Amino acid sequence: MSSLSSVVKVDALGLHYRQLNARLRELVGQGARHIEIQNVYGQRYIGTDLDAPVLIDIYGTPGNDLGAFMDGPSIVVHGNAQDGCGNTMNEGQIVVHGHAGDILGLSMRGGKIFVKEDVGYRVGIHMKEYKEKVPQVVIGGTAQDFLGEYMAGGILVVLGLGLKPGAGHRANFIGTGMHGGMILLRGDVAPHQLGKEVGVAQPNDAEKAKLADLVTEFARQFGMDPVPILSGAPFTKLYPLYLRPYGRLYTP
Amino acid sequence: MKSYLPARFKVERDETRCIMCLACVSQCSYETHYLDEEEGKVMSRDERCVNCHRCVVFCPTRAITIHKNPLEYRDNYNWRAENIEDVIRQAESGGMLLTGMGNDKPYRIYWDHMVLNASQVTNPSIDPLREPMELRTYIGAKPDRLEVDPAIQVVKTKLPPQVPIELPVMFSAMSYGAISLTACETLARAATEMGTLYNTGEGGLHRKLYKYGKNTIVQVASGRFGVHSEYLDAGAMVEIKIGQGAKPGIGGHLPGEKVSAEVSMTRMIPTGTDALSPAPQHDIYSIEDLSQLIFALKEATNYTKPVGVKIAAVHNAAAIASGMVRAGADYIVLDGIRGATGAAPKIIRDNVGIPIEVALAAVDTRLRQEGIRQRASVVIAGGIRNSGDVTKAIALGADAVYIGTAALVAMGCCVCQHCHTGKCPWGIATTDPRLQKRINPEIVSERLANLLRGWSHEIKDMLGGMGINAVESLRGNRLHLRAVGLTETEMKVLGVEQAGA
Repeated sequence: MSSLSSVVKVDALGLHYRQLNARLRELVGQGARHIEIQNVYGQRYIGTDLDAPVLIDIYGTPGNDLGAFMDGPSIVVHGNAQDGCGNTMNEGQIVVHGHAGDILGLSMRGGKIFVKEDVGYRVGIHMKEYKEKVPQVVIGGTAQDFLGEYMAGGILVVLGLGLKPGAGHRANFIGTGMHGGMILLRGDVAPHQLGKEVGVAQPNDAEKAKLADLVTEFARQFGMDPVPILSGAPFTKLYPLYLRPYGRLYTP
Repeated sequence: MKSYLPARFKVERDETRCIMCLACVSQCSYETHYLDEEEGKVMSRDERCVNCHRCVVFCPTRAITIHKNPLEYRDNYNWRAENIEDVIRQAESGGMLLTGMGNDKPYRIYWDHMVLNASQVTNPSIDPLREPMELRTYIGAKPDRLEVDPAIQVVKTKLPPQVPIELPVMFSAMSYGAISLTACETLARAATEMGTLYNTGEGGLHRKLYKYGKNTIVQVASGRFGVHSEYLDAGAMVEIKIGQGAKPGIGGHLPGEKVSAEVSMTRMIPTGTDALSPAPQHDIYSIEDLSQLIFALKEATNYTKPVGVKIAAVHNAAAIASGMVRAGADYIVLDGIRGATGAAPKIIRDNVGIPIEVALAAVDTRLRQEGIRQRASVVIAGGIRNSGDVTKAIALGADAVYIGTAALVAMGCCVCQHCHTGKCPWGIATTDPRLQKRINPEIVSERLANLLRGWSHEIKDMLGGMGINAVESLRGNRLHLRAVGLTETEMKVLGVEQAGA
């Protein structure tokens, strides 16, 4: 532990998540700012209680709730992430060089998540925003049903890069219950795939600029060229038709 | 559309007493009273009155009385006024009926059918005024066994986190948004003064209230409003809310009108938007998922605080409770069918869930049968009205109770059931900056502390009468309860013998 300014390596082989996370807390407490974890086999909650701007490289497969309640760290997964990635995340960044599972970004309030390939069900569910805190999620591949369910804020971008030519996204019930934020989809999506609370439009210039920034950042994370992504298939903007979806449900 | 609804109440003003001070006019947030300048008299629009008693209490000459509207329908046991008027309201609006407070229907209140024991001749009762009497309760998981180092007489077992409360009564979850900031602060101050805990509900924690953190339970519900690491770190315990007795199985929403700038800041959502709490927590579809969230919160707070789980009492509460305890909950909360709310669909409030007494008995019995009762504290909520109910609840198996309505009544509430309108003239169930000033936390918290002081003396008296000097000796001690007027099945579920048998 001579120099904490350099990369600190942790071998997670055989460690329970409680031991691993205790070790991470200890290292961050000692001032470590870049940690590399090897041999990660499903340990949960990595990054949860580390309120510092630490960079964590994960080799292997982190378990559920990666970065849950996370407030600041930056995580790079060299592999796939499981369910609940970025659950109720407040600040920080997660980059996944592979796939991620269900409910990615559930109730996320801030920070960014980039996933190179596909994600599971209910991704971006109940994401919300508050003032300068606008969570941003970019998915390289496609997503399963209920993408952006109950979404209340933030930006959810799905690039559809893995889709075969002529094939569209397969997800149904996209944006069901959506009442805030914005979903930007690249690739075909049919009206029957959308929740009834969702409107369809083309992104305006400001939104296009924001999208270009996010796609450029995404491409940089994974060593891709953003130009063909942005100039290829057009993006569709999905937005909430009602900000008060349940406002007329009750007798006063 | 012309309304067919008659007024529910009739305001009677004794004109020989009225001094035209207009206190009633300024106090009523429903604009029931007004000055008729032509007549030179204060008049009332009866149809607006909700019978909250604000004007009655604040009329300096006690000139106002409020009666039920004597207008009658033709007698019909099936079609009583409430049934008829609910249909009218829906026919005029096309919406779900909303209401506030707890279930007001005449389901059996089992507390009123159980009586406590007292010592006579064969063992002496204890006088709590002269002898020490212990009400302190520790909320948290207890170890299966304690190892003591005999050489130095020190407990070697590492105890899970424990939070002491000085009497087994805490304040139920009531969010900032459902109630005013001043009401929240009143609860926080009283909890601090009396050494107990209040609960943020899912409204987040206002900056002003962080200083009461040691006496705060921070709630994590499906909306995750205002939940971040600082919030989790601020409280003494963390509570996952799965359900609520007033509205089991459904989510909720704080209507945009109530999301003021201050509420917006605390919940961390934009002003004026609906704050939706989905019905389920979408990261919990099973006991295993619940366990995952429990341990996510334990990780987020580094295992320093108890993490609890609250459910509404429903048909299979005992099996669910077993799962909750096995999932790692340090305490569990059961909220019964009489549990109150700031707003819920009336049809749900009045028809869904089970009474807390039977739920508690079933859960305590089940956890004991499985040998895991010690692994979690059991807290109950929903309809606790006085210290008798508290004492009976402890004898039935609870570690502590939550009170919501009783606490609000101490603050002025008259249970008019109009919390959902946000116009509470007592300054409790409102986010209106003008109305919430009606509560001065410093003064009103004294009423609340007094209530707990009174209950504390009464519980000690009842314990002393039973010859017990520590509340934990009563916990689950159902031999101190007897049933009056219950069926055999009910007694079996409650685990209580017939009085006199």
